[in-house]
Amino acid sequence: MEVIMAIVCGILFTAATYLMLSKSLLRIIIGTGLLSHGAHLLILTMGGLKDGAAPLLGEKAKLYVDPLPQALILTAIVISFGVTAFMLVLAYRTYQELGTDDMDKMRGTDSHE
Amino acid sequence: MSNNLVMMPLLIPLFAGILLIFFNRKPVVQRIISVLSSVAALLVSIFLTGTVFQNGIQIVEIGGWAPPYGIVFVADMYASLLVLSTAVIGLTGILYSFRSIGREREYFFYYPAVQFLLAGVTGAFLTGDLFNLFVFFEVLLMASYVLMVLGGTKRQLRESIKYISVNVFSSALFVIAVAFLYAVTGTLNMADLSVKISENGQTGLITVIAVLFLVVFGMKGAIFPLYVWLPGSYNAPPAAVTALFGALLTKVGVYAITRVYTLIFIHDKAFTHEILTWLAALTILFGVIGSIAYWDVKKIVIYNIITAIGVILFGVAVSTPAGIEGSIYYLLHDMIIKGALFFLAGIMIRITGTADLRKMGGLISRYPLPGWMLFIAGVALAGIPPLSGFIGKLKVIQGGMEAGEYAIAFLVLFSSLLVLYSAMKIFINGFWGEEKPIAGNPDVKGMVYPAVILVALSAAFGLGTEFVAPFVTQAAETLLDPSIYIDAVLKEQ
Repeated sequence: MEVIMAIVCGILFTAATYLMLSKSLLRIIIGTGLLSHGAHLLILTMGGLKDGAAPLLGEKAKLYVDPLPQALILTAIVISFGVTAFMLVLAYRTYQELGTDDMDKMRGTDSHE
Repeated sequence: MSNNLVMMPLLIPLFAGILLIFFNRKPVVQRIISVLSSVAALLVSIFLTGTVFQNGIQIVEIGGWAPPYGIVFVADMYASLLVLSTAVIGLTGILYSFRSIGREREYFFYYPAVQFLLAGVTGAFLTGDLFNLFVFFEVLLMASYVLMVLGGTKRQLRESIKYISVNVFSSALFVIAVAFLYAVTGTLNMADLSVKISENGQTGLITVIAVLFLVVFGMKGAIFPLYVWLPGSYNAPPAAVTALFGALLTKVGVYAITRVYTLIFIHDKAFTHEILTWLAALTILFGVIGSIAYWDVKKIVIYNIITAIGVILFGVAVSTPAGIEGSIYYLLHDMIIKGALFFLAGIMIRITGTADLRKMGGLISRYPLPGWMLFIAGVALAGIPPLSGFIGKLKVIQGGMEAGEYAIAFLVLFSSLLVLYSAMKIFINGFWGEEKPIAGNPDVKGMVYPAVILVALSAAFGLGTEFVAPFVTQAAETLLDPSIYIDAVLKEQ
């Protein structure tokens, strides 16, 4: 199971890297979304995917799944959600002000002011 | 033994930031609250440093859960000194903002963002847990995104996009690195990690993770070849913001590298620390090349940040007692002097209305105080003996010689020459020569005093090295002998 998840994470990272290297700003943001999905899946995988009950003591099971990675993921999800929301609004403002979403046209040199 | 004093430098800016949100239309109230909280944070940091000096490492277990199960905040001498410098930079940065930041930014949550930035930086210095370090990185980064784009000029928007993209990527790498380390060791507490790794041996897998952490923190701290985002990004926001960034943000990355490379990944130094040595050398080289290449005041100071990071990390990489002590001295000195230099560069840009040195000249006759402050700051930056940069560089070079890295030690010496050249280039072109017509705002009343405070501190630090030495020695002892840190966190219950 872990092997399949590792391959899936790898595909997500590949897609994210490819998208982040493209010209369009929106593609870059989609790439960051995929990258954080990959990272969150990786935490879950690395915590171990052994069988066990959901981490609720009411389940009265013998074995539970590891609760720590789930807490880490929950934290990382809300952080990346906040950052992504900020980044999307920033991209919207940039499009309004600069009139382009092409990263090649957003080069800043000393002559461009 | 838990001591809640450890949390105070973190809680004061946090609550001040929350309080400030309610007063966004009252700049006077905002200024009063900001200054009061910064002074309080400064006093608490001094008190914390004194306590750590007398009683050893102070820890606080959040919620009373013993480490490694709960989150623990640890104030050793290294972290305390950095918290103290952060408080100094925070206070002077806020004082500088009063005259320079402008009403339109003050109305839109500038001061709360500064307080959250300070809370994030302080938290990153004090935490004893790797995932908690990630969270504090995000706190300070989120505040820095807001500060960087606040005002919304075209240039700020353009550079913020790049800055955020780079940091989102490095944050994802941080999460990935934490996931790998958790899978190998099953813990996230730094002290416990160190114990687990020394028990099971530093396998190849852990060395790979160590290099991954170097990449993550190197991207935050702008080492070669991961510094390319920094010059453009730091050039965009106003000088007050750049001063906070230049003095604090990259130093958090440097702190994190130092912490993990002196506490956790210490069993395969021939490989990991050799990489760090060479990266530090290349960072110095590319930093000085940038600082002599440009005619832009801010760019010159920005490239000097990169050079200084190289020097600090070279001291850490050789990990001899002299090298570590030197890197601590140099880190403290550099936080202070970079703040002063950005304040002064901001004054020059405000007076002349341009950042181009070729369009400036002859400022010394009308602005003698900023001029001589810049001269002293430049000399201190290069490491001329009575001032603060000397002892740090001396010890770093001594450490490099002891470790047999002669070529890089000479590179550090040679870089000082070019750093001095770049600083004097600002002074000679900006302040000497014939007077050119002033295109900007000639009123800089009140802006120079924060810089005076920092330059005076730098001079006091240089002249009073005897007074600072015991603190630095204690900090270096903890970094050189991780068992002191581990015992304080895990055994003291």
